[in-house]
Amino acid sequence: MEKLVSFKDMAPGGIVVNPGNSLEYKTGDWKVLIPVINQETCTRCRICWYVCPDNAILELDKEYTTKKNRKYKVSYDVSSDFCKGCGMCAQECPVKAIEMVPVEVA
Amino acid sequence: MALETVKKAIPLSTNHAIANAVKDLDVDVISAYPITPQTTVVEKISEFIAKGELDAEYIHVESEHSALSAAISASLTGARAFTATASQGFALMHEMLHIASGLRAPLVMSVAMRSLSAPISIWNDQSDLFNARDSGWIILFAHTAQEAYDTIIQAYKIAEDQNVLLPVMVGYDGYVMSHTIEPVITESREKVIKFAPKKQYPYKLDPDKPVSIGAITPPEYYYEFKYQQVNAVNNSLPTIEKVDEEFGKTFGRSYGLMECYMCEDAEALIMTNASYASTLKAFLPDIRKEGIKVGLLRVRLYRPFPLQKFIEYTSDKKTVLVIDRAISYGAPFQGPLANEISGAIVREGLKLNLISVVAGIGQRTVEYEDFLALARLAYEGKKHKETIFYGVRE
Repeated sequence: MEKLVSFKDMAPGGIVVNPGNSLEYKTGDWKVLIPVINQETCTRCRICWYVCPDNAILELDKEYTTKKNRKYKVSYDVSSDFCKGCGMCAQECPVKAIEMVPVEVA
Repeated sequence: MALETVKKAIPLSTNHAIANAVKDLDVDVISAYPITPQTTVVEKISEFIAKGELDAEYIHVESEHSALSAAISASLTGARAFTATASQGFALMHEMLHIASGLRAPLVMSVAMRSLSAPISIWNDQSDLFNARDSGWIILFAHTAQEAYDTIIQAYKIAEDQNVLLPVMVGYDGYVMSHTIEPVITESREKVIKFAPKKQYPYKLDPDKPVSIGAITPPEYYYEFKYQQVNAVNNSLPTIEKVDEEFGKTFGRSYGLMECYMCEDAEALIMTNASYASTLKAFLPDIRKEGIKVGLLRVRLYRPFPLQKFIEYTSDKKTVLVIDRAISYGAPFQGPLANEISGAIVREGLKLNLISVVAGIGQRTVEYEDFLALARLAYEGKKHKETIFYGVRE
């Protein structure tokens, strides 16, 4: 566990003097289910990326070619650090390419 | 006052004395919402701005909650900010009181102390301010219009001290002081600013040096921020003392943290503040003629409480009679200050008889005969287990 600082080393008033550090605050450690995206059936419509309330869907510059030889310039992945497992992406996916699976399985 | 001094003075109510102090301090932002008996403070400031005597942003807000919110925000941008309130308005600010001190906003607020509804009363007591005693502000009381003027100036120097960074409120009695005209010496802006130069909040909002203010704080951190406030309030005491001394050297007037008046040969002390202190100062010579050896212990600095001064002044006294003009319902002593004094007596193991008196609620006037009766009570020095609700009709 990280060592917490003394009251003497904290700026007064709860002021955050190094803004943007919420990136270091991993908010997704309490999920039960996590989405798994099927790159074969995914049509890259980006709906999951839009609806995710935690910006946990990652659009990666990673090319992918399906078995039917369809080429995509991007792939989708999930940030385990920030996904809370709400399942909105799976619910909204128009081609049912996202499955919610228990964290320990994924 | 000596004659030469009186000649330099101008007639001002405490409210107008405070408005003058705000002008002379070149305050940048004033957020204003009228409430009796404070209104003439912000009214006078608006006049100063209209006449071009003060160049400030004057924000008309829709409530006292917003008044303090705006003052806090202004203060956190590095501006010198001021607001004033009383009674219901003060109560409406309560949430923001804690936010001001929690964010360590160095702003100053004057409080024309007034009773609280219900039933509605526009008259004076100190229920409003004593309700806020645990809000983490530095709290000072003034007992004359001159002291109010001087204390507002001192307050900015204290609040903006980089080792303090706390909001300061200056309390004085509604009507009895707010609307009573006294001779007041005002100083030039040049002299005032030289004494209290503007010092900005060190983490002020600045696009070039971004910070986050008011972020949520989890259990691992919240307690430490509160403990910082504990230290900030306690450690402000020497600064407050030093500022008052420096003020004395610069302007020839200083007040100390706590005042003991006709103290040396007194056997008992009446502890009170604001207008009751000035009234008692006028009455004490006559009370002494009755053979009643009492003095006045005037509370000037209330938070942080100057405990060492209290011990020093009461060390050879038998009794201290504490007059509270607020009620702490259901408490062991129902006077909030008396309750704290009983804590101080226990903490220090003092052999001091404490008499708790509640008086002046809703401005039930305490006349000479009443002060005489209270002085007699203190001088007799009997034990009174219960708080005495002086002057209530049976």
